[in-house]
Amino acid sequence: MELLSGGEMLIRALHDEGVELIWGYPGGAVLHIYDALFKQDKVEHILVRHEQAATHAADGYARATGKPGVVLVTSGPGATNAITGIATAFMDSIPMVVISGQVDSSLIGSDGFQETDMVGISRPIVKHSFMVQNPEDIPMVVKKAFYIATTGRPGPVVIDIPKDVTDPARKFKYQYPESVKLRSYAVPGKGHTGQIKKAVEILLAAKRPVIYTGGGVVLGEGSALLTQLAKHLGYPVTNTLMGLGAFPATDPQFLGMLGMHGTYEANMAMHFSDVVLGIGVRFDDRVTNSIAKFCPGAKILHVDIDPASISKTVVADVPIVGSVTSVLEEMLELIRQSETRVDRPAIEQWWKQIEGWRERDCLKVTPAPDDIIKPQQVIQCLYDVTDGDAYVSSDVGQHQMFAAQYYKFGKPRRWINSGGLGTMGFGFPAAMGVQLAFPDAVSVCVTGEGSIQMNIQELATCLQYQLPVKIVCLNNQALGMVKQWQDMQYGGRYSHSTYSESLPDFIKLVEAYGHVGVRIEKLSELKQKMTEAFALKDRLVFIDVLVDPMEHVYPMAIKGGAMKDMYLSKTERT
Amino acid sequence: MRHIISMLLENEPGALSRVVGLFSQRNYNIESLTVAPTEDHTLSRLTITTMGDDRKIEQITKHLNKLVDVVKLVDLTEGAHIERELMLIKVKATGAQRDEIKRTTDIFRGQVVDVSSTIYSIQLVGTSEKLDGFLAAISGTTILEVARTGVSGISRGEKVLSV
Repeated sequence: MELLSGGEMLIRALHDEGVELIWGYPGGAVLHIYDALFKQDKVEHILVRHEQAATHAADGYARATGKPGVVLVTSGPGATNAITGIATAFMDSIPMVVISGQVDSSLIGSDGFQETDMVGISRPIVKHSFMVQNPEDIPMVVKKAFYIATTGRPGPVVIDIPKDVTDPARKFKYQYPESVKLRSYAVPGKGHTGQIKKAVEILLAAKRPVIYTGGGVVLGEGSALLTQLAKHLGYPVTNTLMGLGAFPATDPQFLGMLGMHGTYEANMAMHFSDVVLGIGVRFDDRVTNSIAKFCPGAKILHVDIDPASISKTVVADVPIVGSVTSVLEEMLELIRQSETRVDRPAIEQWWKQIEGWRERDCLKVTPAPDDIIKPQQVIQCLYDVTDGDAYVSSDVGQHQMFAAQYYKFGKPRRWINSGGLGTMGFGFPAAMGVQLAFPDAVSVCVTGEGSIQMNIQELATCLQYQLPVKIVCLNNQALGMVKQWQDMQYGGRYSHSTYSESLPDFIKLVEAYGHVGVRIEKLSELKQKMTEAFALKDRLVFIDVLVDPMEHVYPMAIKGGAMKDMYLSKTERT
Repeated sequence: MRHIISMLLENEPGALSRVVGLFSQRNYNIESLTVAPTEDHTLSRLTITTMGDDRKIEQITKHLNKLVDVVKLVDLTEGAHIERELMLIKVKATGAQRDEIKRTTDIFRGQVVDVSSTIYSIQLVGTSEKLDGFLAAISGTTILEVARTGVSGISRGEKVLSV
């Protein structure tokens, strides 16, 4: 058996686990590990410029590929810089393994240089964490970490490794475990057949059903089965922000996104439904609005792999705990077997009602005068220019909502955004992760001039690794979503949400980093300049689009109301 | 309603902090907590008393079950169970009160475990209610110190919490 040091074992274990790419930043506590990395060529390391970006890039990679993202950071500030990215992954259930260096075992607790209690700090935002105490434990800890991160409801796992554990002078027998079993960790498999039967009967008897699906369908690879189920039943489908792409947005059965900035028809259909089939969703407050007024006439069927998500906010009439694919397969089978048939006349009537809501055309864009560009028009243009087939990551704010509303995602894992934590600065590094996963694909980051400045240093990483990410900056010269709320609820008092005099010249900035910058100020030149920018296949292009600074995102839920209560424009409400 | 949740926990560093952290993170309340190793040195038994309606308790048990270090869990208050808490209490015992305290201690089946000319140290075992009752009964005396262990419990009959 081979003798390896702790540092070497760690890298070898990553390779044996199938890891090809990791993102990180070196520092004192991980120097042994970095030396072990240097001496091999199986695991590729991407040097970012800030540890937060390492976590977001690994996260973007994980969202786009379904494989776990892996991060390596040093102790102290390296570890704390990774925290926002870990929390982002935790909120959206993204599989990730974060390896952090720690001071020597003998120094732990002594307030040593660059010491921080990483296991303690990360505890509320990880699925699990390990502190490695003996080098011999490394292979098993790595195996367990990946197993926990990727199974059940996925999530980030932290492995904290004291420097002495990776000491190159101490060698140990290395063998990577083939399997792992944890007595205290069970992965839910199939759902309860009796419950699924019950759900199917209610579903088939429904007169005003809605299928409401979320990130769980994307993460659980349930998209094809969901589409099959929806087609078979002919019921309307709506997706959460995290679930976009799980059902093709161009399909006539798709009502659009639901929730706070969801479409009029999706929210109305939810409110007036008699059966809601929630799959891989968590009835989040951005969806439900007031829980007390949520879907007053609906029976709730809730499928999720995490029992704690069920009846957490909205009480489920039929809870089903199981993996999305197994439950959907069983549902489809039971529907075929059932003697109950879909109530076609009632469903037809329901669609008629929905078409009525659709006619309102809530996402219609009214062009602005004077060749001014509306932010929505940029997303529409992006959709055209990329043939609707790009990987679109986003930051957080108005641009995120416009992207979610106007880019019609046809496939899962194409829409990469921080839904749960709402992390500004997520989009650009995430787009790097996507680009590294799929070098030939179009990886776009839709951002704003606020968000992009939260991780703009990664322009250097993109030059180093030749990542031709396209950045589409909806530049409204303000923190748009904050400003929108200040318009709507604070009498237009723009408390610290504007900074137009101090914005950098983004074109010069990206040029200084060795990239290409394009500025678009007029609607008449939007399409052509965007097309030209996307034609530069081998270059990172920063497309700075000056958009109407007064635009708001609509529809918008009216706080404290039911799902049917929405503002539809600055002057209209339901 | 008050619930007693008892669990078997991996005897690993950090396991206790995960349980306690979960309670503070999700705004659940801990009334008492006891933890100690079991006969199997890889497992600790941890018992928490908490307050909440059925929905809240359901969420608490679901989230506890999700913790990788929690091996098994039972809500003892769901069935017949035995609960015990131990209290050590130091009181001023002088003059006429000295006899009165001793009598009350006997009535509650407590024991005086340490004596000085002015002090009794009393040990009492029972349900939390009984311990509260004793404190109320001697409220006329000067209580110098109270040390309670928190509730520990076990199901009645055949039901067993084991791996």
